[in-house]
Amino acid sequence: MGRDRSVVSWVLLTAPHVLLCCLVALSSANEGHSDSDTEHGESHGGNETSFHIVTFRWEHVQAPYVIALWILVASLGKIVFHLSEKVTSVVPESALLIVLGLILGGIVWAADHTASFTLTPNVFFFYLLPPIVLDAGYFMPNRHFFGNLGTILMYAVIGTVWNAATTGLSLYGIFLTGIMGNLDADLLHFLLFGSLIAAVDPVAVLAVFEEVHVNEVLFIIVFGESLLNDAVTVVLYNVFSSFVQIGAENVQGLDYFKGIVSFFVVSLGGTAVGIVFAFLLSLVTRFTKHVRVIEPGFVFVISYLSYLTAEMLSLSAILAITFCGICCQKYVKANLCEQSITTVRYAMKMLASGAETIIFMFLGISAVNPKIWTWNTAFILLTLVFISVYRVIGVAVQTWILNHYRVVQLEIIDQVVMSYGGLRGAVAFALVVLLNDNISEKKLFVSTTIIVVYFTVIFQGLTIKPLVKWLKVKTSQQKEPLLNEKLHGRAFDHILSAIEDISGQIGHHYLRDKWTNFDRKYLSKIMMRKSAQVSRDRILSVFRELNLKDAISYVSEGERRGSLAFIRSSSDVNVDFTGPRHSVVDSSVSAVLRKSTSEVCLDMQAVENRVRSLKDREEIVTHHMLQQHLYKPRKRYRLNYSRHKLARSEGEQQDKEIFQRTMKKRLENFKPTKIGNNYSSKLRNLKKERAAKKKHSGAMSNGKLPTYSVSFHVNKDSDVEDQYDPSDGGINFLITPDSNNPDEARAGIDNPSFSTEEDNSTFQMTPPWMSNEETVIPSQRARLQLPRSPTNFRRLTPLQLSNRSIDSFLLADIPDEHPLSFLPESAM
Amino acid sequence: MSISLEGRSHVLQCITKLCSHCSATAQVADLVTVGCRMGSYSSHVSKIEDLPGIIQETGFTKAHICRLYNRFEELDKSNKGSLSREDFQQIGELAVNPLGDRIINAFFPDGKQTLDFRSFIRILACFRPTVKNKFADPNAPEPINSRNNKLQFAFQLYDLDRDGKISREELIQVLRMMLEAQVTDDQLESITDRTIQEADLDGDGAISFEEFRKSLENINLEHKMSIRFLQ
Repeated sequence: MGRDRSVVSWVLLTAPHVLLCCLVALSSANEGHSDSDTEHGESHGGNETSFHIVTFRWEHVQAPYVIALWILVASLGKIVFHLSEKVTSVVPESALLIVLGLILGGIVWAADHTASFTLTPNVFFFYLLPPIVLDAGYFMPNRHFFGNLGTILMYAVIGTVWNAATTGLSLYGIFLTGIMGNLDADLLHFLLFGSLIAAVDPVAVLAVFEEVHVNEVLFIIVFGESLLNDAVTVVLYNVFSSFVQIGAENVQGLDYFKGIVSFFVVSLGGTAVGIVFAFLLSLVTRFTKHVRVIEPGFVFVISYLSYLTAEMLSLSAILAITFCGICCQKYVKANLCEQSITTVRYAMKMLASGAETIIFMFLGISAVNPKIWTWNTAFILLTLVFISVYRVIGVAVQTWILNHYRVVQLEIIDQVVMSYGGLRGAVAFALVVLLNDNISEKKLFVSTTIIVVYFTVIFQGLTIKPLVKWLKVKTSQQKEPLLNEKLHGRAFDHILSAIEDISGQIGHHYLRDKWTNFDRKYLSKIMMRKSAQVSRDRILSVFRELNLKDAISYVSEGERRGSLAFIRSSSDVNVDFTGPRHSVVDSSVSAVLRKSTSEVCLDMQAVENRVRSLKDREEIVTHHMLQQHLYKPRKRYRLNYSRHKLARSEGEQQDKEIFQRTMKKRLENFKPTKIGNNYSSKLRNLKKERAAKKKHSGAMSNGKLPTYSVSFHVNKDSDVEDQYDPSDGGINFLITPDSNNPDEARAGIDNPSFSTEEDNSTFQMTPPWMSNEETVIPSQRARLQLPRSPTNFRRLTPLQLSNRSIDSFLLADIPDEHPLSFLPESAM
Repeated sequence: MSISLEGRSHVLQCITKLCSHCSATAQVADLVTVGCRMGSYSSHVSKIEDLPGIIQETGFTKAHICRLYNRFEELDKSNKGSLSREDFQQIGELAVNPLGDRIINAFFPDGKQTLDFRSFIRILACFRPTVKNKFADPNAPEPINSRNNKLQFAFQLYDLDRDGKISREELIQVLRMMLEAQVTDDQLESITDRTIQEADLDGDGAISFEEFRKSLENINLEHKMSIRFLQ
């Protein structure tokens, strides 16, 4: 202990110093030798000849340490930004991060005069980009994406080629007039630059548009374009850079032809790689039932492999990982268990948003380096003008064409947003840094790219929100799907495909019908678990989600109200929302409850209905989810360490643990109640007696008064108590299973309702506290609307039996002082 | 006509299954028929009665109408100038559509047994994409492809007894068709109850057209209930 403390205090004392040192060390990291080393060496007084108790080994940890520190800095920056809502509502986070990067870069530069930290293409393409794109693919709204695929492809392919060609050619044309001064560049160089600056950047688009909330169609078009144009960018970039290598005079007609072929190979090949890996991934997740803990890892590893494979084959890696995400999402979500899905979701979001943060910060830092800057006003300004103007023209022309074929027309306003949303970002920057050094104007290209990226991300990012508001662009409504919408939406789909059949059209619906049939007949059978195949109707899942949401909000409402107990009971419906600070039930509570019950009522019934058809494994999974959510407040108490099992270990010890914690927690709520004179005097006497008895037993390790009171209380009416050995504390004897009942022992029934079962009749007849005036009995209306009728409760109870992890949830619902009030229904 | 109706639908189902097994072939076949139809536009224009009237009423272009007329004739196997239910039932994909029967019924309102071209095209016109026209005359009659009409078409599929309300039983029936066998009766009923509860504003346990409209207020119906008719 003492040693720990001293270490802690040492860390605390030296923390600022170390930080400072690190900063200096970071700034000079590449030189290998740093002042801080020697400084530290001295401060520790290291003796070279003898054994070192503590050695300072900066080089040893340098690389990962620096990385971790940068991530920390970027994340802290994010926290700071969000301290002020005003700032983040006006300025997009990406812009703030760039500015932060500039400042940090400035500090590093001032300290050391070298720019050792830049966004290197390797790091960007291998580690930062994949998570973002995978996230985009995995959460892609498939229906919108495929519904607009034609439009997206048009913008991505033709639009990007158009942008690249016009920007490059125009710049070349202006260059020939001599305004830009003397540049050592030819047409190919300009085209190369045009091709790398032409592509709309998925990272930037995502970062800016996520905060703008334009409607889904608009978003998916801009975003889809930014993802799919990667193939074009890669091909154009590769073609032109290799042309530059071999020299303009050596380029033959065949090479152009090869370039066009390579476009198809790169794009279709990338997509194919993605689909193959998605298939693999879906197949693998089908068999992960027994390795739940590493289940989420497969999603990341296999998707990443698709990216690397495509990169290895020099295909479009972005397309590969995008399509891997798009194609696998349905099957993965069906195969993984709820927890794993949640894990995947959060991990993916975390990785993506972390990568994005780092990218933008490093975009800022990378700019602070005079060695990369060359200023050429004409070139830079003209580039800005050309990319904006040609973007507008391109969008307008393509939209005009597309509108002839689209059901939902793209209005002028949409076109403005689409033109304005043509943000350039880190992809362009990484590509320009990748340029071969023998391109004499590389510095100029780099500077221009940085300026373009800053301009689009900061200026356009800043202004797009007001623009969207001013133009009154339809924004998306972030809300849960209503059952009605989902249901009738399904009917509409059927109607449309029928009408298409009748009128002899081959449209989206026709193709989608065909695809759905194919998927149902073959793909799902191969790639989904048997259990997942049974009921995977979207309507059902929406229904389930809605139910769960209601149930969760219902329970959390109860918990928010301060009591874990809100409903129990039989005919004497008895709402008891005991606030933690009040001994008397606030009557308004029941009113609040009443308000929400009308909609909850059915849900409970529905839950019950599903319980009835328990054969379905899916149902159990659902309940696991329910249980998981309901149990959340006490989750942190589950500290049992196991590397391979999560929350599923059936260990009785853990059950005890959970139970004890739960009881303790409830006791804390309960305490004031007791002080508030909620007990009848008779009870209090009994309590004393029991307490005395326990002290006699001498095995009590837990001497807390509340524990006594409850343990006593719960057991007051159960004679079984005497059979138990209360060796583990005040409550423990409650949860020790009856040794005569192996079934209970197996299930680890720590539920007082079961342990006290034998002797409930008298208890139920005259519960002493029922006579207590201070217990509020709700109004007639409240009783009528209470969501859990006795039958409902009976339905729920067997389920909890079958599924032990819910026990604690059930417990949480049962107040200490009424443990048996619903028992008659739960009789087995 | 010698084959009984049942037998025929069975044969049809077999064919459809075959088709969906090799969907590519089916598509090619369809494309071929589309191509054939294109060649014979002009010959049919004269047959269509009151072409300008139809154009005005439905908003279809002349090319659209010709194309649909070709389709109409194609469906009309017995060349009697009108369509019967049997003609519709012969459309392969429609037989596997869970709402197929209901949709066919929607083409034969009020117990009619035949469908002439005018009614046929009028119903199809309901599914034309809505184009926002800023210069539209506010006093003009509601266009045939208005949001309301689209909703009305969907609504009548549910409302079997035409009392202007979707009752619980009616909703259950439709749901059962759409959800197939994956769902137990209990689930079906609770879904139905919840759906009705969600939409039912006046608390009568049924969904009126007004309530139906309200519950779908946020749906982009122009998108969801429109087909791009090929030119």
